[in-house]
Amino acid sequence: MRDIRKLTIITGHYGSGKTNFSVNLALDTAAAGNRCTIIDLDIVNPYFRTADFRDMFGEKNIELLSPVYANTNLDIPSLNIPLQSILESGNNVIIDVGGDDEGAKALGRFAPTIREFPDTDMLYVINKYRYLTKEAEEAVQIMREIEYSCGLMHTGIVNNSSLGTETTSQTVKDSLAYADKVSELSGLPLRATCAVEGAMPDNAPEPYVIKRYVRTLWENQ
Amino acid sequence: MAEKSLMKGNEALAEAALRAGCKCFFGYPITPQTEIAAYLSKRMPKVGGVFLQAESEVAAINMVYGCAGSGIRCMTSSSSPGISLKSEGISYIAGADLPCVIIDVMRGGPGLGGIQPSQADYYQITKGVGHGDYNIIVLAPSTVQEMADSVTKAFDLADKYRMPAVVLADGLLGQMMEPVAFDDAEIVMSDASKKPWAANGHGNKRKHNIINSLYLQAPELEKTIVDRYERYAEIEKNETVAVSDYCDDAEIVVVAYGSTARLAKSAVDEARKQGIKAGAFRPVTLYPFPKNELNEAVKNAKKVLVVEMSMGQMVDDVKLAINCSKPVEFFGRTGGVIPAPAEILAKIKEMGGND
Repeated sequence: MRDIRKLTIITGHYGSGKTNFSVNLALDTAAAGNRCTIIDLDIVNPYFRTADFRDMFGEKNIELLSPVYANTNLDIPSLNIPLQSILESGNNVIIDVGGDDEGAKALGRFAPTIREFPDTDMLYVINKYRYLTKEAEEAVQIMREIEYSCGLMHTGIVNNSSLGTETTSQTVKDSLAYADKVSELSGLPLRATCAVEGAMPDNAPEPYVIKRYVRTLWENQ
Repeated sequence: MAEKSLMKGNEALAEAALRAGCKCFFGYPITPQTEIAAYLSKRMPKVGGVFLQAESEVAAINMVYGCAGSGIRCMTSSSSPGISLKSEGISYIAGADLPCVIIDVMRGGPGLGGIQPSQADYYQITKGVGHGDYNIIVLAPSTVQEMADSVTKAFDLADKYRMPAVVLADGLLGQMMEPVAFDDAEIVMSDASKKPWAANGHGNKRKHNIINSLYLQAPELEKTIVDRYERYAEIEKNETVAVSDYCDDAEIVVVAYGSTARLAKSAVDEARKQGIKAGAFRPVTLYPFPKNELNEAVKNAKKVLVVEMSMGQMVDDVKLAINCSKPVEFFGRTGGVIPAPAEILAKIKEMGGND
């Protein structure tokens, strides 16, 4: 992905693939020689979280900060994240926000700090194949609800349309017009078209080849 | 089939319920199945149904009891600790011969346990959940598509036999996402038109129907139970479902259900690649338990391995089903820990699978 800012906030509908996109972005940012901090701000989802990749991040020198929640003895998340000082450290920071407007509430707490920070992207991840965002209008409505909930405005769209393991280049190709429409309706630029290797259509704008890190145990064999 | 969507297991369960004509949902949130309620709270009002968040699990199951008595298709969902709370209501519904669907997305126990996936409620669910002589139908899907299909089937079986039917999943199935397709049929909410027993207003045109589970005369109560067990015999004869893979020549047959069956299948695939004659057997109905299918699957096996996310519960039903005709071993992880395919493969090898 081009033009990565110091702070990248990733939002989206439940299951749009925010976490997988965030993990890819963190690994690529670190591989490009940047010190990188990834913040798992998901207070909604108990499973398939950024924090599941703690060991991998450790190996790549990526700092992971997550709420005290899943995999601990807490059933209610507690956020203890010093965002101001992390931003001042000069690291590239990626924030993986929980799904929909509910998930974005946790982000709202940091809105005053984020508004003061000049080098920020807030990217909205979309997936045409998710049940409640199949129409561009629905996707844009959820985007606006997220903005209303956290008090921050998006700066770009990430087309992460996929059918999980059944994704082919046709799957991604069929989503390009949808992504264009979301971009047009929202007035925001399309910043990336994501696809796994071999599934990227030739004519995809802003192609970003990703890996599937979020997967089930029986796929890992 | 319509275009595929990417859905969470919980969302697929919820959407499938609507499409089966489930007009009323009564629930109470608990991880890892809350998406079912969240989804239905958005969708139900749009299709003319009722979504109600009750004040507790106990209230929700008793609302199901009342609603089911009126002949309308209705459902509740919960996870392990919440199902324990519903146990009294489930017994009453079974005792009143009413159809309903209950979804259980299991998490670690006992007590509040944890929020990670588990199969430690096999005994609880397959032995009826509550008190008394009765059974409930239990379906155990292992993919998101199958979760959706199971809900439809559960409603049909519940109506056919006038009894509760459970779709038994675990947190992993509830939370994972896979492509799923629904047919394009219009959503039609259920009514009581084919249920002459329903207590939905007689309008002075027929004798009133009574929904009841209280029979103070012992011979009368015995008769209702014996009649019910005749229905259970029909179910055990007609409704068993199981899936066998590579069992014909398998020396070790691995038995697992739900998400664990996919881990076991993954281990068996790898074993086959390494030249080990392993097979995979997956009960899809847990009650009725597919006894004949299992006996057929293990016919040529030397040993049977049961894998569960528990300390070993279904393993007892496997031993009973095959009358201990083969040595049955067990491998499990519990408390929310998921058994890895590599661990299962190691167990297959330990059992002599690479002789």
